[in-house]
Amino acid sequence: MADTAVPLEAGAETAHRPGLLKRILFHNLPAKIAALPMMATVLVVFVGCTIWTVYYSFTNSKLLPTGKFVGFDQYERLFQTSRWNVSVTNLVAYGAMSLVFTLVIGFILAVLIDQKIRFESAFRTIMLYPFALSFIVTGLVWQWIMNPTLGLQGTLRNLGWSNFSFDWIANPRMVLFAMLIAGLWHGTGFCMVLMLAGLRGVDEEVWKAARVDGIPTWRTYVSIVIPMMRGVLITAIVILGSGIVRLYDLVVALTNGGPGISSEVPAKYVFNYMFSGGNIGQGLAAATMMLLTVLIIMVPWAYLEFGGKGKRT
Amino acid sequence: MKKFAVVAAMATALLGSTSAYAVDLEVTHWWTSAGEAAAIAEFAKLFEEQTGNTWVDSALAGSGTGANPVIISRIIGGDPMGATQMNTGRDAEELIQAGLIRDLTPIVEEMGGLGFYVDQSLLEPCTYDGKIYCFPINIHSWDWLWLSTAAYEKAGTPVPKDWNEYVASWPKLQEAGILPFGLATGWPISGVPGVLMSGIGGSELVLQVNRDKSGEAVRGPEFRKVAEAMDSLRQVISPEMMVPSFGDVGTQLLKGEAAGNIHGDWLQGDLQVAGGVPGENYECLPALGLGDQLTGGGDSFYFPVLPEGTDQAVIDAQTELAKILISPEGQLKFNLVKGSMPIRTDIDLSAANPCMQKALGLLKNGLLPSGDFALSSDTQQQLQDLNIEFLDDDSITVDDYVERYASIIESAD
Repeated sequence: MADTAVPLEAGAETAHRPGLLKRILFHNLPAKIAALPMMATVLVVFVGCTIWTVYYSFTNSKLLPTGKFVGFDQYERLFQTSRWNVSVTNLVAYGAMSLVFTLVIGFILAVLIDQKIRFESAFRTIMLYPFALSFIVTGLVWQWIMNPTLGLQGTLRNLGWSNFSFDWIANPRMVLFAMLIAGLWHGTGFCMVLMLAGLRGVDEEVWKAARVDGIPTWRTYVSIVIPMMRGVLITAIVILGSGIVRLYDLVVALTNGGPGISSEVPAKYVFNYMFSGGNIGQGLAAATMMLLTVLIIMVPWAYLEFGGKGKRT
Repeated sequence: MKKFAVVAAMATALLGSTSAYAVDLEVTHWWTSAGEAAAIAEFAKLFEEQTGNTWVDSALAGSGTGANPVIISRIIGGDPMGATQMNTGRDAEELIQAGLIRDLTPIVEEMGGLGFYVDQSLLEPCTYDGKIYCFPINIHSWDWLWLSTAAYEKAGTPVPKDWNEYVASWPKLQEAGILPFGLATGWPISGVPGVLMSGIGGSELVLQVNRDKSGEAVRGPEFRKVAEAMDSLRQVISPEMMVPSFGDVGTQLLKGEAAGNIHGDWLQGDLQVAGGVPGENYECLPALGLGDQLTGGGDSFYFPVLPEGTDQAVIDAQTELAKILISPEGQLKFNLVKGSMPIRTDIDLSAANPCMQKALGLLKNGLLPSGDFALSSDTQQQLQDLNIEFLDDDSITVDDYVERYASIIESAD
């Protein structure tokens, strides 16, 4: 058996493989060599570290990744922790609001700027400027502005408007909106620029045709321009979405999770338990859950986008 | 040939010992508030005067919760500093097991033992397999109730003598527009239950909870009093009145904007730097004026194993620093500024202020294990989360609090 099988396989290889292998390996060789570092990075850093993360989330590792396998213990604890559950709820609420408002406001701003106004580049610069600041700076600035005793509320009260109230940052029910203000201030400019690029990509002829047909401007935007901007919209959603899931620095600078635990987010939980809590297992379990959330959103989208037959824009 | 080798060896040994040139020794710590920074500078001065080496000060922001992770990642990551303050406990134990921390036993032997430590239990967290891996350099304790004399003057009531009087004075303070309890956001609340536990619940409760990790004790009547005290505390704390750091609470106390605060002895260093005089500007009640024992432990210094190829002079500098930290002179200068208690009492402490004198009196009764020592940082983090949540969310009842506290203590490792 073995005697016959080996030559057969070898024969098969010499018959088909060399040509195929050669073609796969050597076709456009310089491009492949150039891509090697990137491929290595993807395999080792992204895939490798992800597997590492998931594996150690099933252990009872404390400070060093040396723990024993404990099954789903870390996950059980995770979902019994009210801080984690609050974090997830916060992220969903903040994420939904942030995504919708950033897109809508960004689009409206882009449309306004696209009306062939004067000093367009000046406005563009002003709107985009907050994006040049880090979230830490954004958070600190808004923390001072919204601080009830030192910020806007305190100032206006000192000026005589004694019943003016703006204490969102210290109010557990409103703190998410306080975060939203800072987040929108930071992000809408960037979204606007993306949208503007999309608007500029729409052919002038389309507008002319719509005008000839007597379609009102708003209707042209909603039914013609926005569908044509699908690519830009998807880019914007992906960039904004990834920014939302990893939301951390804004919270640390703005509220540090407070008041109480009312503005905690998952990334902060991961960081706290991995580093100050010295519990890698728990931190990685939380990190894995974050990954899973992203996958649940991304996989169906990627399937629709790349899996089906080319209906790309 | 043999002779030559011996001579050569002697020569190099001689060379090594005599040519003590100045080296840099990086020291990391998280003593960044005004009082703490002044205290650590005393060590730096002594070290530079006595050895001629340079103390490279790497102060890290963020206190234990922020700085400790940085320190640990640097040691794990192969970029160790010369010496570092670090939280004792499980984290340090793992580093020791991994062989990353220098064994100080030879230095101890050279000094003839550590019998001068006022409480030998201080050394327990530093001892592993019978060897010493760190030196506690002070005894710090959370168990202080700080009261503002200015605030009580304004309110027109005498300064309370213990916790119960303090609680009773709250309505009057609020009438006078004074904050009964000043609090900084974040971690400062995490120490409060422990203080209430030793002051109100008593020594026995502290031992049962922190040492024996008994959930039953938490569900018992003594701990319930503690939880109720926390409950009354949250009635007078509102998020918008919280200040960013505990140093700011010190300022509130001195100005009389806030009447009281439970915080560790390190607050006193800040009060002093700001010009406060104990007895005049502020009063201190160790163990809430109720208990006769303090919970506490030492701030410890570790000396990481330096990478291969490090200059012997740097390693010698580590040794010298280790000795200076626990020397009578170093102890005296450091602790007088910091407001903490020294680890040895064979020094002249007549210069200590009234608050420290009170604490030294209680020190004779022995120390109780505080939460930061007996519990892993994982458990501490969970308790901190619980306390922060409880403080802010009135929908969590005292019963819930007790139950959740108990389950965290029961699952503590």
